[in-house]
Amino acid sequence: MTSQQERVGVYVCHCGSNIAGVVDVESVVKFAAEELKDRGVVLARDYTFMCSVAGQELIEQDIREQGLTRVVVAACSPHLHEKTFRGACERAGLNPYLAEMASIREHVAWVHSGHAAATAKAKSIVSGTVERVLKNEALDAIKVPIDAATLVVGGGIAGLQAALEVAEAGYEVYLIEREASLGGHMAQFDKTFPTLDCAACILTPKMASAGSHPKIHLFTWSEVEKVEGFVGNYTVSVKKKPRYIDEDVCTGCGICVEKCPVLVVDDNFEAGIGYRKAIYWPFAQAVPNLPVLDPDTCTYFIGAKTKDKGGCKACEIFCPTVPNSILFGQKEERVTLKVGNIILATGWELFNARRIPQYGYGRLANVFSNLELERMCNAAGPTGGKIVLRDGQTAPKAVGIVHCVGSRDRNYNPYCSAICCMQSLKLAHLVKERSGAEVYNFYIDIRTPGKDYDEFYQRVIDEGVHFVRGKVADVSDVPLGPGEESGKLYIQVEDTLAGLQRRIPVDMVVLASGLEPRHDSAEVGKTFGISCSTNGWFIEKHAKLDPIATMTDGVFVAGCAQGPKDIPASVAQGAAAAARVLSYIRQGELALEPVRASVVEEQCSGCRLCNGLCPYNAISFVEERRVSEINAALCQGCGTCVAACPAGAIQGSGYSNEQLFAQIEGLLREVRHETEVV
Amino acid sequence: MSDSFEPVIIGFTCNWCSYRAADHAGMTRTQYPPNARLIRLMCSGRLDPTFVLKALADGADGVLIAGCHPGECHYLEQNYKALRRHRLLQRTLAQFGIEPERVRLAWASAAEGVKFAAEISEMVEEVRKLGPLNWPARPRPLATVPADIPVLSEVAA
Amino acid sequence: MSKPKFAMYWASACGGCEIAVLNTDEKVLELDANFDVAFWPAAMDVKYQEVEAMEDASLLVTLFNGAIRTDENEHMAHLLRRKSKILVAFGSCANEGCIPGLANLSTREDLFERAYSGPSTENPEHLRPQTIWRAPEGVLTLTPLQPVVRTLDQVVEVDYHVPGCPPESRQIAVVLDLLIAVVNGAAELPPKGAVLGAGESTVCDECPRSRDVKRLTKLSRIQELPSLDTTTCLLEQGLMCSGPATRSGCDSRCPNVGAPCIGCYGAAPGVLDQGARLMTAIASVVDEKEPEAIDRVLDGLPDPAGTFYRFSLAHSLLRANRAALAETP
Repeated sequence: MTSQQERVGVYVCHCGSNIAGVVDVESVVKFAAEELKDRGVVLARDYTFMCSVAGQELIEQDIREQGLTRVVVAACSPHLHEKTFRGACERAGLNPYLAEMASIREHVAWVHSGHAAATAKAKSIVSGTVERVLKNEALDAIKVPIDAATLVVGGGIAGLQAALEVAEAGYEVYLIEREASLGGHMAQFDKTFPTLDCAACILTPKMASAGSHPKIHLFTWSEVEKVEGFVGNYTVSVKKKPRYIDEDVCTGCGICVEKCPVLVVDDNFEAGIGYRKAIYWPFAQAVPNLPVLDPDTCTYFIGAKTKDKGGCKACEIFCPTVPNSILFGQKEERVTLKVGNIILATGWELFNARRIPQYGYGRLANVFSNLELERMCNAAGPTGGKIVLRDGQTAPKAVGIVHCVGSRDRNYNPYCSAICCMQSLKLAHLVKERSGAEVYNFYIDIRTPGKDYDEFYQRVIDEGVHFVRGKVADVSDVPLGPGEESGKLYIQVEDTLAGLQRRIPVDMVVLASGLEPRHDSAEVGKTFGISCSTNGWFIEKHAKLDPIATMTDGVFVAGCAQGPKDIPASVAQGAAAAARVLSYIRQGELALEPVRASVVEEQCSGCRLCNGLCPYNAISFVEERRVSEINAALCQGCGTCVAACPAGAIQGSGYSNEQLFAQIEGLLREVRHETEVV
Repeated sequence: MSDSFEPVIIGFTCNWCSYRAADHAGMTRTQYPPNARLIRLMCSGRLDPTFVLKALADGADGVLIAGCHPGECHYLEQNYKALRRHRLLQRTLAQFGIEPERVRLAWASAAEGVKFAAEISEMVEEVRKLGPLNWPARPRPLATVPADIPVLSEVAA
Repeated sequence: MSKPKFAMYWASACGGCEIAVLNTDEKVLELDANFDVAFWPAAMDVKYQEVEAMEDASLLVTLFNGAIRTDENEHMAHLLRRKSKILVAFGSCANEGCIPGLANLSTREDLFERAYSGPSTENPEHLRPQTIWRAPEGVLTLTPLQPVVRTLDQVVEVDYHVPGCPPESRQIAVVLDLLIAVVNGAAELPPKGAVLGAGESTVCDECPRSRDVKRLTKLSRIQELPSLDTTTCLLEQGLMCSGPATRSGCDSRCPNVGAPCIGCYGAAPGVLDQGARLMTAIASVVDEKEPEAIDRVLDGLPDPAGTFYRFSLAHSLLRANRAALAETP
């Protein structure tokens, strides 16, 4: 089809004075109408606000009355109004993909001030867009059906909330948790800021409802291994690690745990300050109510590995169920699930304060992490809620809490962990309340932007907690000079409000270690087809307007996996992700942008060069016909294979070579010398 | 080359990061020289070296290729393909006598309008220093045969 | 009725195309039976003056092989265009510049310097060829070298294209059969601009070697490999094979015998620039992410332009080195 046959309408938006204040709109209109006439432009208009109803109607009317076959709107960024103008075309009976936008606001008027140069640039952009739109093809949105079952990965508070919301709406949910119980980090806390209600009191009911919900299928002690497919139609392979317990028979009576003679330090739930057995519950209210056997510490398993096979098997001997619930021979299992949408709520990990040697964590006994102190404050924790030094007896008389450990520090993590200020204030309050100790907070800035958060800060100040503004340089147990005694920890800090160096003796130091992405977040992201920011958090679709979806349609994020946040924000994001999934489920099918690659079989030589290039495994090799094939449903339209195909046998709809060549020519209209005639 | 030389630069940007970086520059009113004209691709992985060659052959003085930062590609790692192609393209272009400054690869996230503007400003200055590229047009024969072909035997005589 | 006239001409080329036509064996006799061979310098003695004296459009078909490098080449291109109803760009040189086109990466001065003063040349007086030499016996002329090599279709209109360096004799026979059939009214001419005597895909389509996903960690020259697997893809073995980006039609002659394709059949259908396709394909499958590591792999390609554009340089988007192009009028 030649350009002469097409009838292009060009619309130049003033955007009030946003565009018209810099770009000579009339001159652009004149250029389009006169200079681009031989390119098929049959009319060019300007209007104050093209995106207004009247502006859109202008386009619709021209399509109907002037028989336009292509539309170019020179206005703002297509990211703002592409949908708007495509909609106008569709209403007037023109295929929406025959419209293109030329960004003369964000890319011209807002960034250039010289009228002449800006106007000239606007003209080239319009020319490039006209050439491009002439090569556009009518496309249909891709419709995909949505499987109503949903996968939620992570059983912390964000994942729980998401799972419950979807299940309550009546749809199946598969909830996958890597640990042996639901609950996540929240289950480790004693109180929650700023209201100081007990974490277990508000969390365990949610865990229990998730555990017993008929629509929620629980997979704890399990991990997602592989994800295939696309929005609406994912196939997920889940690995169930062996608990060495028959889940169908075990009643959770706990006799096995009681009888197990092996006591191990619990580095996981108790953050290393408490013990568990070799067969254990992560914690008392664990959901599901099933113990898990740790083969690395179990006497039987250790014995089985050596020649001496005299394992103890106390758990099996004392198990009262028939048949016996202990299954020493249990193997890893794999389950395949079909789901339409995925919510990733994989949470966070604690910054390892050993990385900052001058703070002494792991070297000085009475330097604790915030998570250790959370367990210590917890009434169900190893100390029964008593605040004591590492000896397990002595109550501290003075406690220093160091903020921003590993956060807001270019040596470790540049970002703010968002929750440690409030957590430190809470811990300050709890320590003071429980031990009566003097509490010092060492902070860079206090960040309390949540609802009732600053009120809590004031309350802690009023309670007599001391605040020293300054980044702690060093924690030492070595007395310096007269007046300093041994057996104390000295916190060296520059008090930036007082303008002096201070050295504060305390008995206990608590490091407010920041939040970090899961150590394997990049691999997990890869499994689910989403990417991580440089800091390692999952990247949301839009930082402001869509912090829930990701670039992979049908994969949503909730909670700290997307970035540090507190409990209310995690719950809100979990619920929001569920709402998005429910909206997809209710729509029944989804319309996807028809930007897809396809192989022209006659030209494909089956060289297989493209086969390894697709991150979504959309390209496969058909042995019988010796050609490569692209699954349009898996293809996300990046165009890498189109650009790579050595034979030029892959076409990319929406961004075809023809469209892009034409756009290059159009953009270079005034400098491009017509081919020289010899 | 006089001071009045204004380089023409074609910029290839990706839909998710660098095009949005240009949007962001707009939203933050970050000023930069008006010499670059942008083309939106879905991903820098769509960047076919043919586009660069065509832009240069068709009169551009330079080409900017801009994608998401390495590790932040919305299609996971397709921007690494752009990186590899750019490196091979540079080696090839050197043999054609085209200076490396004329084909620039830049990374800019959607929040880096300032960086994007700085990349363009820098590039415009570098290309301005190099002067116009002004690649000669492709010869295209007349559709009809010229009547007065010189007769070789007469020329030689 | 007299037989239609046939011509074949050899411009800047090696002569391989002529040999390839003769290699069609008895097909040449068929050609002679159906055509009056009016001009074919490699096969018979006809002077330029005689061609100039022919009526315009009196040759039915001319197979023009060779690139346009000299004034004489250009003159003959115009002359034969005027005398021919059908002008066929025959072989890689006429179509895309071929090996002579690689000279476009250098200026004429570089070429003379290399050829007449290079390390392998004994020329103490620095003699250079002259276009005019007045000898006592008379004036000798040598056709001037033009700044860059051009393809036939950059100089005159071309009706059909037969690719290959040289075109496969089997494919030439197909083209000759077609011409003979047209002459006898048994076939129609294909649409103008068509590529004759070639496939519609690339060399891999005909290559019997097994292939898999490609991940390049090293590019080697064939003599650097300790051994070569006889059944798997050469590119996968780290050899720069141009097969994936080269038009099919040769029955993968080179890969069949363990030599990588060097690209003589030119770009695949619809492709603007063969070198760019090779460049993008090879770069895409380099299995490295860090610039330095990528560079180490690319170091295995010491002459990228010469490798990717070995045959198609003169017809590529950029056509020549900037300095050489700057000498064009």
